[in-house]
Amino acid sequence: MDYDVIIIGSGPAGLAAATLIAGKGGKVLLLDEQLRPGGQIYRNVENTSMNLRKILGSDYACGEALVKKMRQQSVDYIPGAVVWQVTEGREVGYSVNGKSSLVRAPWVIIATGATERPFPIPGWTLPGVMMAGAAQTLLKSSGLAADGAVFAGCGPLLYLVASQYLRAGVKIAALLDTGAKPNYLAALPYFSGALKRWDMLAKGMKWISDIRRSETRVIKRVSELRIEGKEEATGVSYRTYSGAAGRIETKNIFLHHGVVPNVNLAMAANVEHLWSDEQICWYPRVDSWGCTNVDGLLIAGDGAGISGGLAAEAAGRLAVLWCLKELGKIDPTECDSLARAQISALKHETRIRPFLDNWFKPPEPFRVPDGDTIVCRCEELTVKDISDVIDIGVAGPNQLKSFSRAGMGPCQGRYCGLTVQELIAKKTGRKMSDIGYYRLRPPIKPISLGEFAEMDAGPPANES
Amino acid sequence: MKAKARTADVVIVGGGIHGCSVALQLVRRGLKTIVLEKDHVARHASGVNAGGVRRLGRDLAEVPIAQASWELWQDMPGLVNDDCGYRSSRYLKVARNNKELQQARIRVRELHALGFKHEEVIDRETLNEFMPAVSEDCVGALHVEGDGAAQPFRTTIAFKRRAQDFGAVIEQGMPVTCLGRKGNNWLVRTPSGNFETPVIINTAGAWGGRIAEWLGDKIPLEAHAPMLAITERMCRFVDPVVGTLGDALSFKQLDNGTVLIGGGVRGVASLDNNSTKLDMAGLSRFLKTAQDVFPVMRNTNVVRMWAGIEGYTRDNLPVIGKGSESGVFHAFGFSAHGFQLAPAVGFTVSHLVMGETPNLPIKPFAVGRFHV
Ligand SMILES: Cc1cc2nc3c(=O)[nH]c(=O)nc-3n(C[C@H](O)[C@@H](O)[C@H](O)COP(=O)(O)OP(=O)(O)OC[C@H]3O[C@@H](n4cnc5c(N)ncnc54)[C@H](O)[C@@H]3O)c2cc1C
Ligand SMILES: Cc1cc2nc3c(=O)[nH]c(=O)nc-3n(C[C@H](O)[C@H](O)[C@H](O)COP(=O)(O)OP(=O)(O)OC[C@H]3O[C@@H](n4cnc5c(N)ncnc54)[C@H](O)[C@@H]3O)c2cc1C
Repeated sequence: MDYDVIIIGSGPAGLAAATLIAGKGGKVLLLDEQLRPGGQIYRNVENTSMNLRKILGSDYACGEALVKKMRQQSVDYIPGAVVWQVTEGREVGYSVNGKSSLVRAPWVIIATGATERPFPIPGWTLPGVMMAGAAQTLLKSSGLAADGAVFAGCGPLLYLVASQYLRAGVKIAALLDTGAKPNYLAALPYFSGALKRWDMLAKGMKWISDIRRSETRVIKRVSELRIEGKEEATGVSYRTYSGAAGRIETKNIFLHHGVVPNVNLAMAANVEHLWSDEQICWYPRVDSWGCTNVDGLLIAGDGAGISGGLAAEAAGRLAVLWCLKELGKIDPTECDSLARAQISALKHETRIRPFLDNWFKPPEPFRVPDGDTIVCRCEELTVKDISDVIDIGVAGPNQLKSFSRAGMGPCQGRYCGLTVQELIAKKTGRKMSDIGYYRLRPPIKPISLGEFAEMDAGPPANES
Repeated sequence: MKAKARTADVVIVGGGIHGCSVALQLVRRGLKTIVLEKDHVARHASGVNAGGVRRLGRDLAEVPIAQASWELWQDMPGLVNDDCGYRSSRYLKVARNNKELQQARIRVRELHALGFKHEEVIDRETLNEFMPAVSEDCVGALHVEGDGAAQPFRTTIAFKRRAQDFGAVIEQGMPVTCLGRKGNNWLVRTPSGNFETPVIINTAGAWGGRIAEWLGDKIPLEAHAPMLAITERMCRFVDPVVGTLGDALSFKQLDNGTVLIGGGVRGVASLDNNSTKLDMAGLSRFLKTAQDVFPVMRNTNVVRMWAGIEGYTRDNLPVIGKGSESGVFHAFGFSAHGFQLAPAVGFTVSHLVMGETPNLPIKPFAVGRFHV
């Protein structure tokens, strides 16, 4: 099959994009590793019970319409397809049921969304500790919610998941809020802009008040966190900026400090990335359509910069409009006029971002750990291990990787990349943007050796 | 006003393992030595290779220098103050048919005639004893005791640091952009300043051909990108380093249980922007060979693949020796097997620079062999 466009990711960005392009007669392949369409925000939305929908809220349920529209179009949608590479030549490698294939198209849109920021505190790798988004994933996909958990960190998603937990009728032992005063001051100048999205602010306030009104202990201005336990988590101890300290017994701790673009596929395809000091993350350099420096490769949705589900939809449509115009399926005037609504939707959706970015900026102690805290979980390297390597003059993420294997394991640096970068910056006094990130290589997700061996890849280009 | 050129007894172009090893031996002999590296030390082949420390199966012309290097590898702490993660046990190149085994026997006879007794041919039973996980299709192997592997980045950095201990100056992020005569000296230009030196050493790896041309030697060199793949951790199932006789597969299980697989198949290298492109078809081919030799690997996950830029000569032997102009020495083009040779190459080149006769036969590596 010859496709016009391959879209990776069936979250709001990918769904909106696939639906639009198929509607205009384009041939589209939609790949997603999940077994159901919907992405992070609308995960499993076709399949959830009425009760679970009530728990997850109306923002979640409205994803069903988006999924339905995609289903009604002739989109070649392959669920359970793990994409492990996109090349500069737009060759997409993906694996379904233990079989890998390569497919190429003139246009490829990466819509792989966001991923949770690492939260390296003492004990964060113990069983029982997970990211709040991952806890939500369990809730969405199998209705599971742990009783008596502790939520720690800050950010809208943390409060959202906590309020969903409460609606599910389980108890939350405590919410340890790491929000810090300097953030509030930094966010102040953006407050009037954020007010234009009072509806979103109100939603957030509602989550917080739901938590307040419950039996949940809320501890604010937390400055230090430590997970306790040997084989598994048994509790969490904390300290606040005002000097109060305590310990809460629990087997489940959910951490969260916001989400960052999922850059692995795009970086491995040589897409140029920029550093954001505001959001403390890398994001791909894209134009207003989502085009990158790599010909024919576009990025849409939270993978291009965190803006939320509705913005992702608009961005997905914009990316597709560009492809449709280039493919000659719509003319430039139609493209521009269709784009207008998406551009203003995008603007409307992103108004609140500067305020949120500043308010919820994860404070340094939770990004830049010290001592025996594990940084690279795959290779079990601690801050001390990493610091020792920096001390002998190995002061770039790739050098450090070659020396210590940090970031070389199965997670490909997802859990340690940003932390390693910050440790180097702190120790050497250099700017984050100058330090750079790991060079990423396929497969960006582990694939079995047998699968590679048996893949139909044609003849080798260059044999010795 | 333009800054004055810095001076040195020797300027080395290229901070890979060879540049650092040569620098170490020269500073130990008391020469003021500066290494100029355009990126950072160990950025290229020297830092990302498979770490194989192998004498086994080398071209006969390379056996003496490989043997000398092997002896140096036995005491890396003495040489560079670090064990470099070097582990040795056995190295095996398995034969998958009798023809390959027969050729191996002929090779061993030739080696013995030259006085090198380290290699031998082993039969299927002995092979199975050394590696129970090996496929039944393997009929025997070429075998050596004492070869092994080290950590390439760490090793190269160890050479760099040891050279610095003795006073070598290593400048990183300093590309040499032009080389020319200034009286009896060489003038070396970089964007951050010039250098003047009577002796220039070209250890620029895959870029060595370009540097050689500036120094008056035309040496055909091709750049390729040999590829590697690494798996997730597996239970220990193989101790020796393993290769194949038919194709250039190499295979080793590291201390942490991950398995590093390299093949003779190469990706595409670009000298101008330091980049490599993987060739999925080639990778698929060599992973198939790995699976054929070790069926237990079939369900193991591959977590990462990469390639490094390496220079290849026409006869796959390095260029080591004096250039045609005075004060010029070359050591580059190691054709994907130069990591093991680095300790000995450092001594050999230092002998040449000091005007001494090297104690190893290096004629086969002579610069002039490509002249018509
Ligand atoms: C764990 C988590 C939970 C979240 N929950 C919410 C929420 O409840 N409410 C909310 O407003 N926002 C939530 N967000 C924020 C989220 O980023 C939304 O803004 C929105 O889902 C973004 O839409 P998107 O289309 O850009 O990406 P996503 O919705 O994230 O969709 C990306 C899709 O790409 C797929 N994918 C990624 N990599 C690959 C690959 N290599 N191969 C194949 N498929 C791949 C994923 O399976 C996913 O379906 C969450 C984020 C995370 C990380
Ligand atoms: C994937 C792979 C696997 C391998 N496996 C093995 C193995 O198992 N065993 C083994 O023995 N060998 C192996 N090799 C070969 C080995 O890595 C090389 O032969 C060896 O590292 C070459 O070292 P070098 O110092 O000559 O080159 P390099 O490491 O390439 O160093 C040359 C340096 O010169 C610099 N340079 C170039 N031009 C300029 C300039 N104009 N100015 C300043 N600096 C410049 C470059 O930036 C580079 O850092 C492998 C190679 C690769 C790529």
